[in-house]
Amino acid sequence: MQEMLRRYGYGLTFIMSLLVAFWLLAMVVVPNIILLEFSFRPYLPMVDVGGPKDVYSFNNYLTFFTSPIHIEVFFKTVIYSSLVTGICLIITYPLAYILSKVVKPTDAATIFLMLLVPLWVSEILRSFAWFIILGNTGPLNALLLYVGLIEKPVRWIVNYQGVIFGLVYAYILFMLFPIYNAISALDTNQIEASKDLGAGTIRTHWRVVIPHSKPGIASGCVMVFMLSAGSVIVPSTLASTNSRWFTEVIQQWMFEGLDWQVGSAYAFLLLVLCIMFVSIVMRVLNVRLVDIAK
Amino acid sequence: MTAEKFGRWAMRAYLAIFLIYMLLPLAVMGGAGLNDSRFPSVYPWKGFTDRWFVDLWADERMWGAMLNTGWVALAVVAISVPIGTAAAIMLNSLQSKSRSFLYGFMVAPILTPGAVIGISTLLFWNNFGVSAGLHLSIMGQVSFIAAYVMLLVLARLQSFDPGLEEAALDLGASHGQVMRRILVPHLYPAIAAGALIAFFQSVENFNVTLFTRGNSDTLTVYVGSKIRSGITPTINALALLLIAVTIILAAVYEVLRRRDAARKAALIAPEDA
Repeated sequence: MQEMLRRYGYGLTFIMSLLVAFWLLAMVVVPNIILLEFSFRPYLPMVDVGGPKDVYSFNNYLTFFTSPIHIEVFFKTVIYSSLVTGICLIITYPLAYILSKVVKPTDAATIFLMLLVPLWVSEILRSFAWFIILGNTGPLNALLLYVGLIEKPVRWIVNYQGVIFGLVYAYILFMLFPIYNAISALDTNQIEASKDLGAGTIRTHWRVVIPHSKPGIASGCVMVFMLSAGSVIVPSTLASTNSRWFTEVIQQWMFEGLDWQVGSAYAFLLLVLCIMFVSIVMRVLNVRLVDIAK
Repeated sequence: MTAEKFGRWAMRAYLAIFLIYMLLPLAVMGGAGLNDSRFPSVYPWKGFTDRWFVDLWADERMWGAMLNTGWVALAVVAISVPIGTAAAIMLNSLQSKSRSFLYGFMVAPILTPGAVIGISTLLFWNNFGVSAGLHLSIMGQVSFIAAYVMLLVLARLQSFDPGLEEAALDLGASHGQVMRRILVPHLYPAIAAGALIAFFQSVENFNVTLFTRGNSDTLTVYVGSKIRSGITPTINALALLLIAVTIILAAVYEVLRRRDAARKAALIAPEDA
């Protein structure tokens, strides 16, 4: 702070501090505290708010813990988000390696330019694209029928299948970019040295490349899991009759039930889930927060 | 030797398949906007048409939503760029302990699901009697987009020589001049990139906007409601236009980047043939 005052004077330092304070207090910290506070309050008609009935309780959370359906939806969201994260990791790790160590840097730059298009197109359109492709009379079935791999149209959007297709497509680049950055920072000589010393391909990756790319892997996993578990539009566009996502339950409380108190409790549970995931990833991969958010 | 050759070939093939996987769905979706079929698809192809663009042009709700999206995005850029820049400068001048403490709070919104940000923003402003609407969408979006700007500017500050500021101060420059003439020009590329990313993040935002918007539409909310209630290929026509805009902006971005790289290369190796 002394440093800032000396360089930029009282006026500018005051303005900058004000901007940062407004951001962190009015947009980040206090809204989340209010979310937590709200989640302990009862849903009351207007006249009773602030009256004797307006007392804190765990009732909103009990609503969740006594509803087997909501608990099931919550755990399915966790399981399928983890699955999506795993699929993205398996697909992109080799790609990140190829792009940073095999392909010429100028070619890699061109490829990343092409990937900017799917990255910048809204996720709503990305999931809509798969809604068309996976349709019963859609191009995928038409192609497979034409090639002769299948004899009658396959229903792709059953159970959570459509949602998984959509989530992987929507968020896979959030896994590719951080891992690519991490592997790019690895000196190619280290890979050469490992091979010269007799390590095979798998051993080289396991002992040299993967340990070096841990911050990228951590960052990618956290982003993909958070985006998947918190996705609203993909699960509703590519839903089948029996695939429900936790964010849809939150939406129901907020918009259909108009019960913002229970909605806050459910939103807070989603937040806790994401915080837990971040801390597990940090613990397992032994990385710091600075490595994850870059 | 042949094994190695095969390996290289396999890697290239894998890369090509991935590119097709990323780009083909967008082509299918855009192509359906040109197909004369009542249900959006490219197969069977029933002939080329521009009627979905005509329908789109006549859709007043779409125009309203597009205008809203533009205003929200400009407001988000105008608020999040100063906040993110100030945050990066502040972070850079702090000691390690308070630095990592503040850093944690600043990056937290990036790691928070949009639904949570949306609901907490809604509740916070409701406490002060501010009801839902696009102004709250702006607040909610800024809370995490400012963090992206902060990260970009912070990265750029790594290559800044604070000695330049010292020199300017010693030579009698005012604090305002140090900021305006020395620090901000150095940060300019990061600020420009931050503004571009803030704009795109705002335009494509759905989750935060959904919970804070009240009754107003943005483009993504409009598309979302169209997908839920009766789909027509007008959405595909809109998608095709958005993809075209994205390609143009990506090309502009690349031209600027190459020009910048060429200038840097020319600086490092002056023509002394």
